[in-house]
This record gives sequence, structure tokens and C-alpha cells, in this order.
Amino acid sequence: MKKNRIFCVLLIAAALLAAGCGQNNAGEAETIIVYNWGDYIDQSVLRDFEQEFGIRVIYEEFDTNESMYAKLKAGGTAYDVAFPSDYMIKRLIDEGGLEKINFKNIPNYSLIGDRFKNLPYDPQNEYSVPYFWGTVGILYNKTMVDEPVDSWGILWKEKYAKEIFMLDSQRDAIGLTLKWLGYSLNSKSDAELAMAQAKLVEQMPLVQAYVGDEVKDKMIAGEGALAVVWSGDALNMMLENEDLDFALPQEGTNIWVDAMVIPSTSEHKEAAEKFINFMCRTEVAARNCEYINYSTPHTEVLSGLPEEITADNRFYPGEDDLSNSEVFDDLAAMLPLYDRIWTEVKAEYQ
Amino acid sequence: MKKKLISGPYLAWMLIFSILPLFLVVWYALTAESEGERVFTLAHLSRVFEPIYLRVIWRSLRLALISTAFCFLLGYPVALILTSRHFKRHTILVVLVVLPMWMNFLARTYAWLTLLEKNGLINHILAFLHLPAMNILYTDAAVILGMVYNFLPFMILPIYSTLYKIDHSLIEAAEDLGATPLTTFRRVIFPQSLAGVLSGVIMVFMPAVTTFVISRLLGGGQYTLIGNMIEQQFLTTYDWGFGSALSLFLMALLLITGSVLMRSRGEEGGLW
Repeated sequence: MKKNRIFCVLLIAAALLAAGCGQNNAGEAETIIVYNWGDYIDQSVLRDFEQEFGIRVIYEEFDTNESMYAKLKAGGTAYDVAFPSDYMIKRLIDEGGLEKINFKNIPNYSLIGDRFKNLPYDPQNEYSVPYFWGTVGILYNKTMVDEPVDSWGILWKEKYAKEIFMLDSQRDAIGLTLKWLGYSLNSKSDAELAMAQAKLVEQMPLVQAYVGDEVKDKMIAGEGALAVVWSGDALNMMLENEDLDFALPQEGTNIWVDAMVIPSTSEHKEAAEKFINFMCRTEVAARNCEYINYSTPHTEVLSGLPEEITADNRFYPGEDDLSNSEVFDDLAAMLPLYDRIWTEVKAEYQ
Repeated sequence: MKKKLISGPYLAWMLIFSILPLFLVVWYALTAESEGERVFTLAHLSRVFEPIYLRVIWRSLRLALISTAFCFLLGYPVALILTSRHFKRHTILVVLVVLPMWMNFLARTYAWLTLLEKNGLINHILAFLHLPAMNILYTDAAVILGMVYNFLPFMILPIYSTLYKIDHSLIEAAEDLGATPLTTFRRVIFPQSLAGVLSGVIMVFMPAVTTFVISRLLGGGQYTLIGNMIEQQFLTTYDWGFGSALSLFLMALLLITGSVLMRSRGEEGGLW
């Protein structure tokens, strides 16, 4: 009997807890939860959106596509808008993780450049609206590197031991190694991947740290000679420190597109569409572009940018400049092998 | 009956936030997805015992032991000073020990990241004093420093609380009977503080062996301890099975060391 009563108390407690979680905050403004990369928006546009539409925005950040995916998959938070990259969008579409966007609610989509439509990750333009795009290259400090930087191979030079920052991102780290070895960064060959893994392990003693956004502070402060960075971040850092310069290796690199999507967990699809449309408004997109300095797919924002930036083929490469560069594919069945390689490389540290 | 009623909320809390998650860890560690169903497997657990992961586990244990030893060597004298009869400002010192804990642990660890940089504050001061620069960021030394810095209060406080309770007449008796201060310490004070030392050791060792934030920030991403390994399985590679197997292994390890330490203590007191 006593035991039963304790059990009842537990049950009631659990029920109350469950009810508490599911409760709707009726009477309050509608709220959307936005999930974006760290330091990837001019935060003042969020306030403007809230004022104009009366929709509250809860803004959360992630540092890699993989961590975003894990959080989406784990459920828990019902994200309304997320900003994954190309290959992750493909994966989410294939797994039924995204809602189709009603493009009638996104009239500003017409302002996105044609080059960024019908891309392989979303061939029918049903799920995603491009936000920014770019490449991956090597940022270097001219006072510490006096040779030309034109190959990924420089990241394996003994001379720069402990002066190298690598991206702490699975696809990028493995991908650039594959590129350097002359393979596709979407390689599905066991032998090629084993070689890449061996190279990454070999490189480890030379690397000062595997970093995410911290790389910006580090390179600006002159803490290292070479760093693998996204093109947009490179421009930002060069503006902060004149000694820094950026190069795209001749072996080719990764072209990426980050786009706005609506996860299938979303409970406020129309509000999410309003948000996406707002983000594509020329004035808003221009403010974001000015703050982030990444390459914009927005035609009107692009035409308003200074010539010296848009003419620089490191930040606005034309299609010819990228002939040997690739977009990441979703690896599907090969993914566990990539995961394992990355786990093993990390475990290898002495 | 009344007592049981009062403990109800606590039991509910334990059930929802400790027992249930624990069960989930065991479940994920022992099953794998196969054709839409979860089937029993030992693959995750056997992967834990591959040499590459055993090395990571060994590294975590080694660093946690070193940090615990440093915490003990630094913490015990502080606790002694705190309880010394000749020292009049106990409260100020206790506040100084506890004060850092009021600030967020992450923020304090971030501070070390900038302090230890090549062009960081510490090296600026060393350069000003014409001393050689030190580059310890992203090495064992930085991670151990981070652990000792963060966990030292957990060593000092339990030792302090047992030393504080020691009957002073015993110490006086030892002195009256002609014991030197060293002998008094060795034969009277230290044995009586053992319970606090063991609590302190457990309270430093456990968070040190499982940390992933300190090793991530001060070890620089390549620095993998078992905590990082587990974090990576859940947050990056989405392999909950292997992550759970690692967690299960770690829990077993901690339970064994914990129970060995507790048994060797025998007496009650301290925080455990």
C-alpha cells in the first residue's frame, strides 16, 4: 500500500511535469525559434523583425553542421528556421527533416541570383533559400609566411609547426586533405579515405589547435601563421589585421552555400516564412552582408557593394575560378566511415 | 509514513532525472538500429576496448590523477592555515576560496584562454620582467592548470570542515606530551582529517576525469579526453550507441574507484 502511494506521487509528479512542458503560452506573442551559425547575423535585424511583425524571436547558435543536425534530430526544441549548408540540407531533405517552403510567401526570393537556384542539394528549389555562400581557403600572416601560399600542402610543412589552426569540422578537415591528395572531397573510396586519415594524423603534431570561431581572435592577435578559414571570415580578419592575407589553393576547394530552411518540427511555419522573406529584403540582407562580410547571393545587395570587393575573385570567384572546386555531397551510407575517421583522428592525439 | 511523504518529491526527481536517463544510457549502449528495429548488440561496448580508445581513457585518468594530486598538495596547507589558531582572518580567506565559484565556470576557463596565449597577458608580464615567454596553451600543462584552478575549492572545503571539527584538546595533549609539531601533525591531525581528504579526492577526481570543457578550451580541439569523446558522439557524429557505451564504461570506472575509496575510509564525516 505504502509503495503504491509513493508510486502514485511519482506518477502525478511526472504527469504534472509533462503537462508543464506541453503548455502553450496563450495570450503571449507568437514566438519563432531561429537556429543559426555563431556570429552570423547583424543582431539588430532580429529586433526590427520583432517590432514590425509582432513575432518574438528566440535566437540560438551552433558551430558545425553536424552539431546542428544532432540537435535537430534529438528533438527537444521545435526550431522554426535553421541555416544549414548544402550537404546537410540534402541529408535533411532525404530524411524528411524539412518542410517544403511556400514560395508564394517569399516574394523576395526573386532577388536571389540565378546561379544559386536549382543547386544539386535542392534541385527543385522547394526547401531552401540561400543566405550566404563562399569557399574555404588558407588565411596566412605575411610576417610569418614568406613563400607563396597556393597549395593545401603548406599545412603539412614542418616549418610551421604549432603555427597552424585547423577547422574543427569533420567535412572540411577531411575534405581539404582529400583535395590536396588529388581526390574528390566527396570521395567514397576506402583507400583514399584511409590515406586522408593517415595524413590528418601526420599533421596533428604541427597543429596548434582545431578551432571554430575562436580562430578569428587568434589570427587577428597574431597567434598563428596559417589557418583554414571560410572565405567570409577571411575578409573580416584581413580588415582587422593588415598582416593577414587569404589564398585559395590551386588543388581546388569546397564551394558552400548556407541556406534558410524550415525544419519539420516547426510549429509556426507561416511566421517562419515571414522571417525568411524579411531576411531576403534588400535593406536587411545588406545590413547582414555589411556585418558578416560573407559573399552574398542577393543580386541587389551585390550590386551595391564596392567594386574592389566584388571584383576580388577570392571572395566573389566566377565559375571559371572554381573549375576544380566542388560542393559537398551528402555522403549517405558513407557517413559512418567519415564519422569514424574523425573520431579516430581526434583520439590519436598524443 | 510522514517521512516517506516528505521524500516523495526527491524520489520523483531521482526517478525522472537520474534513474530514467541511466536506463536510457544502458539501452542505447546495448542496442543498435537494424532494419528499423533496435536489436541487442555488444558492438558498441567492444569498440570501447579498442586500443585507440583505451589510450584516450588512460590519458583522462592520468590527467585527473595528476590534477587531484596537485589539488591535494595545494589544498591541504590552505585548509591547515584556515583552521590555524594563529590565523585570525578565517572568514576572509574562506570567502576568497569560495568567491571564484560565484562566477561562471565557463567564463573563468575562457579567461585562462586569453591569459595563456602567446601574446597574452602572462607573456607580456614575463617579457616586461625580461623572463622567457612560456607557451603552455594547448598542452597537458594548460589542461592540468585549468583543472586545478577550477576544482581546488572542492579539495579545500571538505578538508577544512574535518580539520575544523578536530578536538583541540587532543592537539594540546600531544604538545604537552612532548610531540614536535611535525609529529603532532603526522600522528594526530592528519589521521583525523583523512575523511575530508578522501571526500576532496573524490570531489576533484570525478569532475576532472569527466571534463570536456576544460580540455576543449585549453587543449584546443585536438585534445581528446573521454569527456570530449562522449560529447563528440552525441553532438557531432550522432552515434548515441557508442557514446552511451563510453559513458557506461566511465560510470562503471567511477563507481569502482568511488566504492574502493569509500570502503578504505570506513568512518563517517566529510561530504560523502
